[in-house]
Amino acid sequence: MIRLVPRTDPSPWLAVISPVAAIVATVLAGALIFGLLGYDAAESLYHFFISPLSRIDRITDLVVKACPLMIIALGLVFCYRANIWNIGAEGQYIIGALAAGWLALSFPDATSPLLLVGMMAIALLAGAAWAAIAALCKTIFNANEILVTLMLSYVAALVMDVLVRGPLRDPMAFGFPLTPMYPDAGLISRMPLPGLGYIGQLHYGVLIAFALAPLAWWLLNRTLPGFQVKVMGSSPRAGRFAGFSQARTTIAVLLLSGALAGLAGMIEVSANIGQLQPNVSFGYGFTAIIVAFLARLNPVGVIFAGLLVAMAELGGDNAQIALGIPKVVTGLFKGILLFFLLAGATLQHYRIIWQPRLQQTQPSETSS
Amino acid sequence: MTALILTVLATSIPLLLAANGELIAERSGVLNLGVEGMMLMGAVAALGMVLYTGNPYTGIIAGALAGMAVSLIFAFFAVTLLTNQVATGLALTIFATGFSGLAGAPLVGKTSESLPRIIIPFLSDLPGVGEILFAQDLLFYLAFLIIAGTSWFLRKTRSGMILRAVGDNHDSAHALGYSVARVRWMAVAFGGLCAGMGGAYIPLVLTPHWSEGMTAGRGWIALALVVFASWMPSRVIIGALIFGGITIMQLAGQARGWAIPSQVLSMLPYLATIIALVLISMRGRSSYLTVPACIGKPFHPGS
Amino acid sequence: MFRKLIALTAGIIAMLTAATASAEPTKVGFVYLTTPGDHGWTYAHELGRQMVEKHFGNNVVTTYVENVPEGPDATRVIRELAQQGNEIIFTTSFGYMDPTLKVAKEFPNVKFEHMTGYKRTPNMATGNIRFYEGRYVQGVVAGMMTKSNKIGYIGAYPISEVIMGINAFAQGLRSTNPDASISVIWANTWYDPVKEADAAKVHIAEGADILAQHTDSPAMLQIAQKNGALGFGQSTNMEAFAPDAQLFASINNWGPYYIERIEALRNGSWSTGDGPDHWAGNTWGGLASDMLVLSEFKNMPADVAAAARDAMEGIRSGKIKIFAGPLKDNTGKEVIGAGEELDDGALWGMNYYLQGVNGKIPG
Repeated sequence: MIRLVPRTDPSPWLAVISPVAAIVATVLAGALIFGLLGYDAAESLYHFFISPLSRIDRITDLVVKACPLMIIALGLVFCYRANIWNIGAEGQYIIGALAAGWLALSFPDATSPLLLVGMMAIALLAGAAWAAIAALCKTIFNANEILVTLMLSYVAALVMDVLVRGPLRDPMAFGFPLTPMYPDAGLISRMPLPGLGYIGQLHYGVLIAFALAPLAWWLLNRTLPGFQVKVMGSSPRAGRFAGFSQARTTIAVLLLSGALAGLAGMIEVSANIGQLQPNVSFGYGFTAIIVAFLARLNPVGVIFAGLLVAMAELGGDNAQIALGIPKVVTGLFKGILLFFLLAGATLQHYRIIWQPRLQQTQPSETSS
Repeated sequence: MTALILTVLATSIPLLLAANGELIAERSGVLNLGVEGMMLMGAVAALGMVLYTGNPYTGIIAGALAGMAVSLIFAFFAVTLLTNQVATGLALTIFATGFSGLAGAPLVGKTSESLPRIIIPFLSDLPGVGEILFAQDLLFYLAFLIIAGTSWFLRKTRSGMILRAVGDNHDSAHALGYSVARVRWMAVAFGGLCAGMGGAYIPLVLTPHWSEGMTAGRGWIALALVVFASWMPSRVIIGALIFGGITIMQLAGQARGWAIPSQVLSMLPYLATIIALVLISMRGRSSYLTVPACIGKPFHPGS
Repeated sequence: MFRKLIALTAGIIAMLTAATASAEPTKVGFVYLTTPGDHGWTYAHELGRQMVEKHFGNNVVTTYVENVPEGPDATRVIRELAQQGNEIIFTTSFGYMDPTLKVAKEFPNVKFEHMTGYKRTPNMATGNIRFYEGRYVQGVVAGMMTKSNKIGYIGAYPISEVIMGINAFAQGLRSTNPDASISVIWANTWYDPVKEADAAKVHIAEGADILAQHTDSPAMLQIAQKNGALGFGQSTNMEAFAPDAQLFASINNWGPYYIERIEALRNGSWSTGDGPDHWAGNTWGGLASDMLVLSEFKNMPADVAAAARDAMEGIRSGKIKIFAGPLKDNTGKEVIGAGEELDDGALWGMNYYLQGVNGKIPG
C-alpha cells in the first residue's frame, strides 16, 4: 500500500530535482516504448528532447510555440493559487482573438500602430468579460467554476464558428470560412535577432510573454493583492479573518486569467495567422493548464514549463519527419511525460512510503 | 417518427453510459476529465475484440475492461499520488488518444458485425413504444439497467451513502473511518467501465469501424451532461435524450428545409447546462441534489 | 593557362555534381491534415504517395507528417520539411494555403504544391480535382435507382466546393429523373462518424433511399448498408464497409498528378502553369485526366450501369457539359441562358442551389 507522508520542510532543491527525476523516468519509459515499437530508442529520444534545441531556428520555433501557452498559464497560476479552477482558458482565448480580429477587420485601411494597441486592449477586455460570466455565476450563485468555464469554452468555439462562416467571412474566399487578412497595422511583425536577422516565425509577441512572467512573479510574491490570492487559496478562513473578500479574490483572479488568455489569443492570431478562421486555438487553453501545473504554479516556472511542453510538441513532429514515428505514439509519450511530471510534484511535497497492507486500519465500509 | 426517435436513442447511448460513469466518480469527489480518452479506449478494444473473436458480445466486455484499465492509471495518480485532477484528466485523454490510435492501427479499414437486435416477445409488439424500447441491442438494455442500478445504489444502499459522504466531505468521511482513497478508486474504475462501454457502443452499433479520435468530442459532452443532470442518474437519461434530440432535430430540420443556424442549436445544450448549474447551485446545500462539495479536491488524510 | 585549368576543373566538378544530383533520390514531403487511417480524404493522398514511391522506386524518398493543424504548426512543419532538403512539398488541405505561401516565399528554390487552394507564387502551384464530375454521374445513377424520388445528401460545410458538387449531382439526377429531388443536411464537420451516421439515419427516416456524402468517413455507407439503402463512396473506394450499398465511389486519384509534378521537377520543366489566377489554380483535373476515377459500378442493373458509363465517357470526352444553360436556380431565377455554359470562375462563385435541390443554403 502506498502512503504519502507530507514533508515538513519541502526543501527547495526538490523543486528542481523532482521535474528532473520525472524527465529521467519519462526518458526511460520512452526508450522502452520506442524500443518495443521497433524504433531506434536513442534516436527517437534525440528527436524529442535534443533536436528542438539543435538549431537556432528550431529554438525560435520553440519559443513561438510556447508563447501563447506561457501567457495563458501565467493567468491560470493566479487562479489556481487562489483555489479557483478556471479550465476554460480555451474559450477566453478564442473570444479575445475574436474581439481583436473584429477590431482589425473594422479598420481595413488602418496604418496607425494604435490599431495594435486597441486590439490588445479589446482582447484583454473580451477575455476578461468571458471569464466574468463564470466569476459572476460563482460569486452570486455559487456555481462551480470548473464546469461553467468548461461549458463556456464550447460556446466560444461555436460563436467563432458562426461568425467566421457568416458575417465576418471574406466574400472573396470562394465560400471558404476565412475572414479577410488583417491590415498590416493589425499584424504583430516578425522580430529580427541581432546579427542573425529574421528567423522562423519569431515575433515581437514573445517579448510580451517573457516580460509578463517576472511581472506576474512580482505581483504574486511582492504585493498585497498577490498575498491575498495566496492566503485565500491556502487558508480561506485565515484570509477572511484578515478581512480579505473571497468574492473579490474570485472575481479578480478570473478576470486576470481571462484577460491574459484573451491577450494570448490576440497575439497568436495577429502574429502567426493574420486572419480569423474557425479554429484558432488548437487546444492551447487546455495545454496551458498542464503548463501551469508543471510550473508548480510558479510564474517563473511557467517559462520553463511552457518551453518543455512546446518541446514535446515540436519533438513529436521532428520524430515523425525523421523517423516516421506516427503522431499517436507522440501522444502516448506526451501523456506519459505529463503523468510523471505531475507525480514529480507530489514527490516534492510528500515522501512516498510503501507500507504493507496489514498495518492499514481497515475502514468499516467493507461491511456494505 | 419512430425512426427518428430510434436515432435519437441510439446517438444518446454513448453519452448516457459515459455520463453515468462520470457521475459516480464525481459523486465521490473526483473530477476525471479523461472521459474522451476512456471512451476511445473502449471503442478500439471493442472493435479489436470483435474482429478477433467474431462474437460481437465480447466487444462489450473488452470495451468496458479497456475503459476501466486506463481509468486506473488516473486513479493511481490523482487519488493515490494526489496529483491535480484537472491536469491528470487532461493527461489521461492525451495518453489514451495516443494509445488507442496505436492499438487501433491494425484495425483501420476493417468492419465487423454489429450487435444483434434482441426482440423481446410481446413487449416489442406494444403499439408505439414497443419497437422503440423492446427491439434493441443488448448494450442498449444494459445501459438503462446500469443507470437504474446506479440510481438505486446512490439512494438506497449504504455503500452509496458512503460514496456520497466521501464526495461531500472527505474529511468527516475519513474521520468516520472510511477509506477515502478506496472509495474513490472504485468510483473512478466504475467511471472507466461505463465510459469504455459508451465508447464501445460506437463501433459495436453505430458505425462499425475504427478510426483515430472517432468519438469526436462525445466524452466532453458527457462531462457537461453530468452537470446538466445535477448529478442524478435518472436525469442523465433526460439530459442525454435532450442532447441527442437537439442534434437529431437539427439534422432533421435541415432535411425538411427549416432555416436554423446549426451552431446556435449546438450551443443550446451548453448554455442549458450552465443555467441548470446555476439553478441547482442557488438552491444551496439544503438539498442532497447539490454539487459534490469536494469535487476536484485531492484528499490527504493528514491535511 | 592556370585560369583555364581552374575553369575546366570547375566544369568537371559541376558536371560530376550534376550527375550525382540526378542520381540522388528526389526528396518529397507531404503534409496531411489527419491520419491516413481516416479512410477518406487523407487516405486518398496517402495512396497517391504510395503510387509515387512505387513509380519512382529508389529515385525518390518521401516523408509525410500527419495530423498537422491548419495554423502556425503547419507553417513550422512545412518549413522543417523544406529545411530537411525536400525539393517538392505537397500540402494537402485547404487550410494550409497561407502557411504554404509563407514558407514558399522563404524557400524560392523549393517547389510547393498546395491542394485545393487558390493562392500561388512562382514556386507554389495549386492542384485540385473536379470532384463535381463524379457527382454528376452519381446523380445519373441515383435518378434511375431511386424509388422514393428522395435523395439524401450530407455536406460538410456550405462552401463553393461542396455546393458545386450538390448542383452537379442535381444536374445528373434531373437528366434521368426530373421528379426526384435532393435534401441536404450540413454536418458542420468534415469528420465525425457518429454525426455522419446520424445524418444518414435522418435522411432514411425522411424517406430518402439513395444517399450521397461530401464528408470523410464511411459511416454513411454503413448506415445505408444496414437499412437497405444505397449510396456513393467518397474520396476512396469504401466498398469494404458497405458491399451491398455502395453503387460506386468517386475516388480522388492524386497519384498520377503527384508523379507528373515530381517528374517535371526532375527534368526541370516544373512550372505553375498558366491557369487563371483567381480560382482553383493551375491544375484542376477531373475524369478526363484520371485525377478523378470511379470505382466499378455495382449493386445496379445493367442498364443503369450502362447509363453511368455513358455519362462518365460523355464528361471525359467533353460531350456532356454539366453546367450548360439554360440553368435555373431552385427559386426559378435564371442563372444562365441557353447556349451558354458556366465557366470555372462561376463554379467557384456558386452560392445557390440549382433546380432539383430542396431548401436554401444557410448563412
